[in-house]
Amino acid sequence: MSMWKQTPSQTVGPYFAYALTPESYGFRGIATNRLVEPDTPGEHIVIEGRVFDGNGDPVEDALLEIWQADSQGRYADAPGGGSADFLGFGRCGTDPQGRFRFETVKPGRVPGPDARLMAPHIAVCLTARGLLNHLFTRIYFDDEEEANAEDPVLELVPEERRGTLVARREVRNGAVVYRFDIHLQGERETVFFDV
Amino acid sequence: MRRNITYKPRDWSSHPPMIHPDYKSTRTRGPTKPLIPIPQTLTDLTVPVYGHEAIGELDNDLTRNAAKNGEPIGERIVVAGRVLDEDGRPVRNTLIEIWQANAAGRYIHRRDQHHAPLDPNFHGAGRCLTDDDGWYRFVTIRPGPYPWQNHHNAWRPSHIHFSLFGPSFVTRLITQMYFPGDPLLAYDPIFQSVPGHARDRLISKFDLDLTVPEWATGYRFDIVLRGPKETPMEAGK
Repeated sequence: MSMWKQTPSQTVGPYFAYALTPESYGFRGIATNRLVEPDTPGEHIVIEGRVFDGNGDPVEDALLEIWQADSQGRYADAPGGGSADFLGFGRCGTDPQGRFRFETVKPGRVPGPDARLMAPHIAVCLTARGLLNHLFTRIYFDDEEEANAEDPVLELVPEERRGTLVARREVRNGAVVYRFDIHLQGERETVFFDV
Repeated sequence: MRRNITYKPRDWSSHPPMIHPDYKSTRTRGPTKPLIPIPQTLTDLTVPVYGHEAIGELDNDLTRNAAKNGEPIGERIVVAGRVLDEDGRPVRNTLIEIWQANAAGRYIHRRDQHHAPLDPNFHGAGRCLTDDDGWYRFVTIRPGPYPWQNHHNAWRPSHIHFSLFGPSFVTRLITQMYFPGDPLLAYDPIFQSVPGHARDRLISKFDLDLTVPEWATGYRFDIVLRGPKETPMEAGK
């Protein structure tokens, strides 16, 4: 038995914005919701959605963090970003309507368990007032049916709940927008992972 | 980073439940369905990178990083400690972000309407990276307690919010540090949401060695993140 026990989690509370997403307070944070520059290689996409509680009310003080590979399936987890095209980490707090929005590129496929390729996906760490533990989920893409069907993580999710992990593609004024809502409770409760 | 290492599970016997009814917001926000276990993949074992360039020189000194025309009001304190894994090994070069109320118990956040003064010389946010031995150190002002709407006459004990990444995306931790002997701890449903045997881990200790004579008192707060599942062996699995 280890002498060193994990420090317990506590809620992020309602007042994190001036520290973790401080741009609107005139300070520079470590990440924003814009992961790309105009010349970042890959298909530029917007991911937007809303976070809802068990009453169907918007969660106005959630923090989403996303972590993803570049369009070639490379993670920037080496000093200076390694060979990846961008850092692939973003943060966004929800607004009074529970909305969030990220500007990024669609990630490439990344090797998963047993060297099987995973479908393109974005990891999400979600936290909010009222969440005593941060939650992990993933965003998959509805126009990747074939890759999704063979994804080694999606296949661990009961079929009837997989839809909660799949963002829906729309094209708006020439821009590709994926819609991804998160339900913390209720019939459409989003799948959260123990990873 | 250390892509060949996987991590021990989140220790659910130490963390609070998703729903702790005394903390009202959890009733409609905590997920009700069990988490779905998945293997740790490259996605989960990699970590967002921040260089030292993301950290400004004054970022770990909250008494100076937002000072406009003087020093913030309140009890100056040093908060320091080590970030370790479950094997007691230092977690190096990892980002720690903190935020807190001022000495009067008021957050600078626009939604905080507590009738207590803002401090023009105190913003209440800071960050730093741990060193090679896992040490971090902040200089700040001891935060005041403040009322909240959870129940009649509810007060949060003085606390500092901590956010850490650790060596991978799955070692992320968001927590709060409390102060020894605070009588409000017994009444705080957020602190009390943690299983009784693990609560002490959230309470800092007064540490004379961290005090700076004639200048600041010192509190020690060590943090333990998920550790490697096993020591990696030479040969493959």
